[in-house]
Amino acid sequence: MTEQITIGVAGAGTMGTGIAIVAARAGFPTILFDLDAARVDSAIGQMRAFLAKSVQRGKLTEAQLAEIIGRVSGTSDIAAMSPAGLVIEAVFEALAVKGALFTALDAVCAPETLFASNTSTLSITEIAARSGRDDRFVGMHFCLPAQLMKLVEMSPGLNTSEASFARAWALCEQMGQRPVRTQDAPGFILNAFLVPFNNDAIRLVEQGVAAPEEIDQAIKGALGYAMGPMELLDLVGLDTQVLLCEALHGVTHEPRAACPPLLRRMVAAGRLGRKTRRGLLSYQSTTIFGG
Amino acid sequence: MTHSVITAGPSRSFPTAHPLLEAAVEGGAILLLVGADAGAAFAGLADKAAYQAILIELGTECLGVHTGESRGEEGGNTLGFARFRLGDAAPSDLVEIVRQPGTDAAAIAAARALFAAHGLKTAVCGDFPGRIVDRLVRPYYNAALDKLDAGLATAADMDLTLRLGLGYPEGPIALLERTGLAAHHDVTQALYQALGEPAYAPARRAQVAKARQQREA
Repeated sequence: MTEQITIGVAGAGTMGTGIAIVAARAGFPTILFDLDAARVDSAIGQMRAFLAKSVQRGKLTEAQLAEIIGRVSGTSDIAAMSPAGLVIEAVFEALAVKGALFTALDAVCAPETLFASNTSTLSITEIAARSGRDDRFVGMHFCLPAQLMKLVEMSPGLNTSEASFARAWALCEQMGQRPVRTQDAPGFILNAFLVPFNNDAIRLVEQGVAAPEEIDQAIKGALGYAMGPMELLDLVGLDTQVLLCEALHGVTHEPRAACPPLLRRMVAAGRLGRKTRRGLLSYQSTTIFGG
Repeated sequence: MTHSVITAGPSRSFPTAHPLLEAAVEGGAILLLVGADAGAAFAGLADKAAYQAILIELGTECLGVHTGESRGEEGGNTLGFARFRLGDAAPSDLVEIVRQPGTDAAAIAAARALFAAHGLKTAVCGDFPGRIVDRLVRPYYNAALDKLDAGLATAADMDLTLRLGLGYPEGPIALLERTGLAAHHDVTQALYQALGEPAYAPARRAQVAKARQQREA
């Protein structure tokens, strides 16, 4: 059974913008909220630009683009989120920030409104505990870029009702996504595997086992991966990897999740990856760090 | 550049015919020692300096076991190699070439060129247990088995998540089922013994598979 509801997206960053595209493209009236009005305007501009590319590629018509954008409204006033039947949060990855947001949303949204967090590392149960409606709260972790990736990791908190989880699952499918159920565990599935794996790759460089380029060649050649761990780390950003390590290791104390010293040194040196053109690999020449 | 091949026992890297082996000639500039006893064949060579490069097929052991080590300055014209292979699945196209600190650059270049000329991909690494791929993937596979035991998600959902989320061609559980959990046990046991890191200790499901294999044998 399909639901005709409005979807609210809180946070107009990269993830929030992508999730808003997914919701609006699936036919849901969509409200994009951020405290920074300029950020909301910029996000809607980015949505329009993404959809315009879809038109250029023949995946959408101009009329469909207009319809999708017509479903989106932006706001910096949290009271404007009151019509939402589902609110998906994609704000800064800090428990206090998310908790404060959900407390405010709880005051303006209807009792039957479902809350969802796009957190990649925090506990759904802990965020839900600050929402005023922990039985109607789920984890909905979209993959980056959300507008292109179908996968959503969905986690119930300890107090999430089965009915709420089933409803959120159905809405996720209605958005055209592919949900998978995971426990409310640090990093869920993707980050629980990826963060330690990437750290292990950095440690091979630290320990002199191989140069970054050789590690990528080995992994791609042996396993058929599209990207090696070094390319992926540089794409995600080494500063982001540090944050992921701190979040994951802080909760799990898993040694493989601990931030490798080389990673911290590289961030301190401003070698953040593709965005600075220098990371584990260099994007200005063929020179390789550690090579 | 021409190459010769000496076969010494069954080979994990080249278990069946391969263009690289078929292209071998007498008196080649590169000597390929293939098979489980490649190290012994190397020890028996009369004139090791006669070759531009000597390539010894390795198992889980380090190259230094065959060539010796000296103050971190060891190395010459001899390298190790192994095609990455999971269990009894066919070998991959990836050849890990093992060097020592003082290995000749010309020998490394010759080894790369030889394998590439016969359709294989190469990656050069230092002389460490597990080389590159096993060092990286074995803790990941162990974690997948541990998380399956912990009920993080079903095997199907875990595999699906890693395929859709990271673009991996195959999820870890399906891959281990296809290539053999007992084989994963053997590799991780050897790495755990060599490295002493808990991440390499065989996961419970791999231990069970190994015990069942031994019982059936």
